Amino acid sequence: MKRPDAPCPTAPADAIEHERLENVRPAAWRNPQPANCYGLVIVGGGTAGLVAAHAAAALGARVALIERNLLGGDCLNVGCVPSKAILRTARLYAEMRDAGQYGARTPADVRVDFAAAMARMRGIRARISRADSVRRLSAAGVDVFFGQARFTGMDALSADGATLRFKKAMIATGSRPDTPSIPGLVEAGFLTNENVFDLTGLPRRLLVIGGGPLGCELAQAFCRFGAQVTIAQHWPLFLPREERDAAQLLADAFARDGIEVRLNTRAVAVRVEGGQKFVDLVSDDYHSTVAVDAILTGTGRVPNVDDLNLEGAGVDYDKADGIRVDDFLRTSNRRIYAAGDACLAHKFTHTADASARIVVRNALFHGRQRMSALTIPWCTYTDPAIAHVGLYVSEANRRNIPVKTFTIPMHEVDRAIADGEETGFVKIHVKERTDRILGATIVARHAGDMINEITLAMVAGIGLRTLARVIHAYPTQGEAIRKAADAYKRTRLTPTIRSLLRRWLQW
Amino acid sequence: MEDHANPCRRQRMSREPLIGGQTLDELQHAAFGYFLQAVNPANGLIVDTSRDNSPVSIAVVGFALSSYPVAIERGWMDRADAVRRSLAALRFFRDSDQSGSPTATGYRGFYYHFLDRESGARVWRSELSMVDTALLIAGALTAGRYFTADSVDETELRELVETLYLRIDWRWAQGGARTVRMGWKPECGFLHYGWEGFNEAIVMYVLALGSPTHPIEGGCECFDAWTATYQWENLYGYDFLYAGPLFVHQFSHAWIDFRGIRDRFMREKRCDYFENSRRAIEVQREYARRNPLGFAGYDENCWGLTACDGPSHPQPTLDPARRPLFGYAARGAPHGPDDGTLAGWAALASLPFAPEIALSAARTMLERYPEMLPAQQYASSFNPSLASAEHGAWVSAGHFGLDQGIVVMMIENYRSELIWRLMRSCPYVRTGLRRAGFRGGWLAQRPASTDQAR
Repeated sequence: MKRPDAPCPTAPADAIEHERLENVRPAAWRNPQPANCYGLVIVGGGTAGLVAAHAAAALGARVALIERNLLGGDCLNVGCVPSKAILRTARLYAEMRDAGQYGARTPADVRVDFAAAMARMRGIRARISRADSVRRLSAAGVDVFFGQARFTGMDALSADGATLRFKKAMIATGSRPDTPSIPGLVEAGFLTNENVFDLTGLPRRLLVIGGGPLGCELAQAFCRFGAQVTIAQHWPLFLPREERDAAQLLADAFARDGIEVRLNTRAVAVRVEGGQKFVDLVSDDYHSTVAVDAILTGTGRVPNVDDLNLEGAGVDYDKADGIRVDDFLRTSNRRIYAAGDACLAHKFTHTADASARIVVRNALFHGRQRMSALTIPWCTYTDPAIAHVGLYVSEANRRNIPVKTFTIPMHEVDRAIADGEETGFVKIHVKERTDRILGATIVARHAGDMINEITLAMVAGIGLRTLARVIHAYPTQGEAIRKAADAYKRTRLTPTIRSLLRRWLQW
Repeated sequence: MEDHANPCRRQRMSREPLIGGQTLDELQHAAFGYFLQAVNPANGLIVDTSRDNSPVSIAVVGFALSSYPVAIERGWMDRADAVRRSLAALRFFRDSDQSGSPTATGYRGFYYHFLDRESGARVWRSELSMVDTALLIAGALTAGRYFTADSVDETELRELVETLYLRIDWRWAQGGARTVRMGWKPECGFLHYGWEGFNEAIVMYVLALGSPTHPIEGGCECFDAWTATYQWENLYGYDFLYAGPLFVHQFSHAWIDFRGIRDRFMREKRCDYFENSRRAIEVQREYARRNPLGFAGYDENCWGLTACDGPSHPQPTLDPARRPLFGYAARGAPHGPDDGTLAGWAALASLPFAPEIALSAARTMLERYPEMLPAQQYASSFNPSLASAEHGAWVSAGHFGLDQGIVVMMIENYRSELIWRLMRSCPYVRTGLRRAGFRGGWLAQRPASTDQAR
């Protein structure tokens, strides 16, 4: 199916963009002459592809990588990197406006320079693109081909007219934004993560359709830049996978920022009149229309599985769920593996990275590493950020695992108080009557950094009892985790133990 | 510590001045007065609030039906009057338009949340509300257990209660899902989210499971599907089934005595819902004592974050932190929303769980902010952070029926356990609790006769 293309803004063709493109898709690039047979051919030069290419080449494999667009994939070009860069600037503007809360004088004339924020983002993106450059790949011994890959058999594919034979292949074609089928949307034009970072002017009024991570992060950022933002979310809360309190805190934060929140709301039609976009919204039976200058959609992602002739290679796939893989990331063709967004439900850069490492071991060294054995954290970088790892309580309940949660509100943490960043909590879920960590949710300004400690504990099999013995530097927001561990320890003081202790101390 | 388990002590307490000469009895009586002021005598319906043009709330009618027996026992109303008022409401619902049209009163035994005071037709395009219907029917069942005389009127009353309860199609309300949907509208069908996670809906599930005619499909599994999103948390040193707003820990308890009976979840946690509510109150106190957002007034005797009205227009006195005001919202501890608005009545609604704490808070709050009690009835909320020298704390205008109803019922449960006793003897409630997996305590004993229950 042809993807509906919206009229796109394009990034300025300046020296910074030139540097990035020279790194990730040099204009003068000539594809090399293919080798007779590769130990590993990688289709897709995003995070998974690059990680696998570097790792396999470093181990001595003959590696080819085929990319149809830009090296670095979504993460570098239209995802994590640019979004985090603009979130930082947006947070700065929010802090300037809230300076009074920090005992500082609010600058007299805070004027948002959106173009400067985007230029900074492009500079950061160009700098980080050096790590993903084609020159680095080539220097590592990887044959890089630009062009559309297409399987021609069980052990061969073509790219830009060349045939590449392989012993093993890895499909890492990533994913793309899922365009909601709203009548009039395509005609009116809309933004997705693929073109929103090319903007140089701030839309005065923005409608964000979808309350997932991308929609939430950018809604808040654009609001803080001064856009009048409305966010329409089909479900009763944002980030429907996350727990209720996390989503509720985020909704409250949005309200504080001045975002118009429309929960339980669907966009059903778009039309353009007089240069404005009019979007009809429906909440149950309540109909309304908002007039905006731009529409950003963030309603999920679909895997890139088209135009690869996967059938020709005997690779089973599904348009919605992507390439079918087993727990070892092997497809229905035993020579071909998959990694990243093209085959995984968790579409994160770090998951793509981890899955690519598994493929290299399993494909090249007969490894038996399982994807299901991974402990995968994730984070939505709103303010406050929402991070999670492991099981949710509802999942534990469904599996009949008795679970208990140790909750530390951030207002219990000295550093959070000092920083004026008290919104949020640390919730660590343990198996009832044990200290074994099943999962955790953190809502905090720095939740993404804090969740790493819990992930480490889970991977290393460290329980709350041990975490309570770990000295945490004071004052840090990460101390919330030790406080949760302390709370666990206090629950071990049963009345019998208390009485014994009392007797001991009296003696 | 005062001996609040002692019935004599509780009776004496209720007549001792709480503050400014006000006794618990007087506060309860005044709260009951709302139902006399807010009723449409022609159809027995009670308006949601005392504000102009307020529609009827079906849940408030449920509270009124539960409160009439209290008024009889307390000598505030004669029995014939109570029967007449109850019959008017029950007859209205029996005869109401159940076509489910946009201007009907209900559908499949359920009722729209808000109704016109005169005609009883749906207003505000409100939803067919499953939980509010449950609160209405809980009130009707209370009346049915109390009015047991062999008279023509009371016999009719009991028959009406049976008719209304038995015709509710709880299975339909699942909309094909495992849990009960939150609402339905003729314009768009079921609202696309259900009653999930711990909330005030236990009584709804009990009634839905106890129905001999249209029980929810899946029985205990359905209840377990609901409890699968429960979170058992250790917060401020207390282990409890978490829910932020206090009303969640109170509303179902207005009718059902959860002391000593446990479902699978509570057996596993070695707790019960009654004890859980007590701990939730402790958590509220701890939150108010910490007062992380620095609101005026909050301390261990000034708390009550719950579903209530609140300020919604920009208020300059709150501006420095650019904090939003939430209007009518389910406020909660410790994760909010919190805009400095507290519900004074929430303390009295906590009486059965933690009498010392609740009385101490009620006394302190009334002493500090007497303006929260206009016309001797609790306002929905007050906000000391929005105080003016002239009027004191910001106070929600008028009165809300739900607040008055919960005050009447919880004070009564504290004083005499009347509502609990009546509902303990209700076979539908007993069946519903058993089907939900509750065991032990009074459920393990033979039901008291209706006379004993009274």
